[in-house]
Amino acid sequence: MLLGPATAWLVVFLVLPFIAIAVFSVGERAPEGGYQAAFTFAQYANLPARATAFWNTMVLAPIGALACLLVAYPVAYYLALRAPQRWRLILLALVVIPFWTSLLMRTYAWMYVLGGRGIPALLAYIGFEDVRLINTPGAVLLGIVYGYLPLMILPIYVSLERLDRRLLEASADLGATPLSTFLSVTLKLSLPGVMTGFSLVMILLLGEYLIPTLLGGGKVFFIGNALVDLFLQSRNWPFGSAIAITLVLVSVVVLIAANRISTRVSGARRVDLI
Amino acid sequence: MTAVPDIEFRGVTKRYGAVTAVSGIDLAVPPSAFVALLGPSGCGKTTCLRMIGGFEQPSEGQVFIRGQDMAGTPPYRRPVNMVFQQYALFPHLDVEDNVAYGLRQARPRLSSREIASRAGEALEMVRLAGYGRRKIHELSGGQQQRVALARALVNKPAVLLLDEPLAALDKKLRIDMQIELQNLQREIGITFVLVTHDQEEALSMSDFVCVMNGGRIVQLGQPSEIYDEPADLFVADFVGKTNLLSGTVAGHMGDLVEVALADGTVIAARKRTALQQGEAVSVSLRPESLSLGAPGSGRFKGIVRNRIFLGSTAEYAIEVQGIGTLLAKADHLIGHGNLFKPGEPVAIGFASGTPLAFPETKNNGTNQRVDKHVEIIS
Repeated sequence: MLLGPATAWLVVFLVLPFIAIAVFSVGERAPEGGYQAAFTFAQYANLPARATAFWNTMVLAPIGALACLLVAYPVAYYLALRAPQRWRLILLALVVIPFWTSLLMRTYAWMYVLGGRGIPALLAYIGFEDVRLINTPGAVLLGIVYGYLPLMILPIYVSLERLDRRLLEASADLGATPLSTFLSVTLKLSLPGVMTGFSLVMILLLGEYLIPTLLGGGKVFFIGNALVDLFLQSRNWPFGSAIAITLVLVSVVVLIAANRISTRVSGARRVDLI
Repeated sequence: MTAVPDIEFRGVTKRYGAVTAVSGIDLAVPPSAFVALLGPSGCGKTTCLRMIGGFEQPSEGQVFIRGQDMAGTPPYRRPVNMVFQQYALFPHLDVEDNVAYGLRQARPRLSSREIASRAGEALEMVRLAGYGRRKIHELSGGQQQRVALARALVNKPAVLLLDEPLAALDKKLRIDMQIELQNLQREIGITFVLVTHDQEEALSMSDFVCVMNGGRIVQLGQPSEIYDEPADLFVADFVGKTNLLSGTVAGHMGDLVEVALADGTVIAARKRTALQQGEAVSVSLRPESLSLGAPGSGRFKGIVRNRIFLGSTAEYAIEVQGIGTLLAKADHLIGHGNLFKPGEPVAIGFASGTPLAFPETKNNGTNQRVDKHVEIIS
């Protein structure tokens, strides 16, 4: 009974749109743009036309998620295991607060910070001329790490917070050095959190196009760009839908893989996703 | 014997901010002994164990393991292993990998064949051969306990530390494990240091009991010494059941004192410290040192209020006019019909041992203790 509203919500906002997209993806583009009923896999056959966008996305998403992870883990570790108890909530709040401002605004802010009048100007002032930061892969990575960090920190923090501290003592008691304890106990038992964070960020990055456009100069095309283009510019809904469905399938594969890995290593029964 | 003690505390004090958990402890644990640190929660016993394990550093004083000062030695370099409260087994490893964990940390590295055979032996020792590939959550509490034992002992530590190891087990299993632990200790011949708040557990398993209270050692001795000759009122009250009767010193009689109880009865008692004429004292009378008989004989007259039949013995809560409720324990002789019924008048005498008199302390009111008995009984 209680599940009723939730089910209705899911049907209206998730299942129906998904069915619509699936139906669109086997249709044809109407001459004036949009959708025209048909049953053809022509759109899927045409996917190689966007191979570059797919490729760029499949490079950006895992690298971006990995960069996020490398920055987030030490932060989460500090928050969960090292930070003084009374500071913990404040520090966690500081991690989350930037989320209250739109990502677009924050990314624009980075455009100015990294742009000619930002950090490069400061560097020039102390003698380092001609440093280019904006419109580089580094800037894109920075923007991604900055934008998605909280999503990575929180699940890792939760899994580290739940970690039974006596296991760490037991490991030390049995002769494990701190590094060995970290690798064979802490890291393995926090893997569900790592995998949750990683798949969450990676799936969101599969659809990301804002940060690369603003900080990378928009020279590299991603699936996100392709989707915006196809639905809003060239109004080729069926092709856009085929790409969207493919993207969903890729996300599902990522999720399943993440789940498998963390179940195997940590012995946990499942990944708590979202 | 001048053997180096396995564990030695020299003037050890541990403070947490303004709180002193352990204050000025000196203790030497002889080799191959089974020692229990016994005391109520917050007495500092766990802190002592954690200082041996290296999880806490003394604020003052030194801890020695086999003659080596352990200051600055981290847990992973100490020749001791611990069985943790609730075991702290690694949930992501199976039974064998849990047991082999310590062996895998050894440097120089051990061959995988040696690791497997030693882990197998350890599992056999705790009667868990064949359980190697089980997951931890598939085991019962008793089995988990034995895995924790194997995981600690496989490393051949100089000393095994046990932190309330039986607290999570049900009563029958606890008694089985008490015997098993005792056997293991004799078999392996290393020192076991057990922390417990359960006096029965401490008395039944260990060679030496170290009773702690308020961060200090109050008494160190063999279980029978602790029980028969408690050093002070706290030990008398904490270890075993006892009746504590308030009275005043009425006179001296050689080594004994005469104590006038609240109802005017004067009894002879032994003493631990010098007592002044007229000083307020508590007299400890073990329930089994009282004898019950038909009215007309004995030292006190009372009425049976409750009877707890325990099979081989029976315990009685007996109300004595002017004194309060006394707990008495009598053997039950089968077919002898020597059980008293609630409401029956009885005479109470002294069967064995001489009562012990302790100076009265403010915190240990007799009434409080008597009430506690009643609470347990009714």
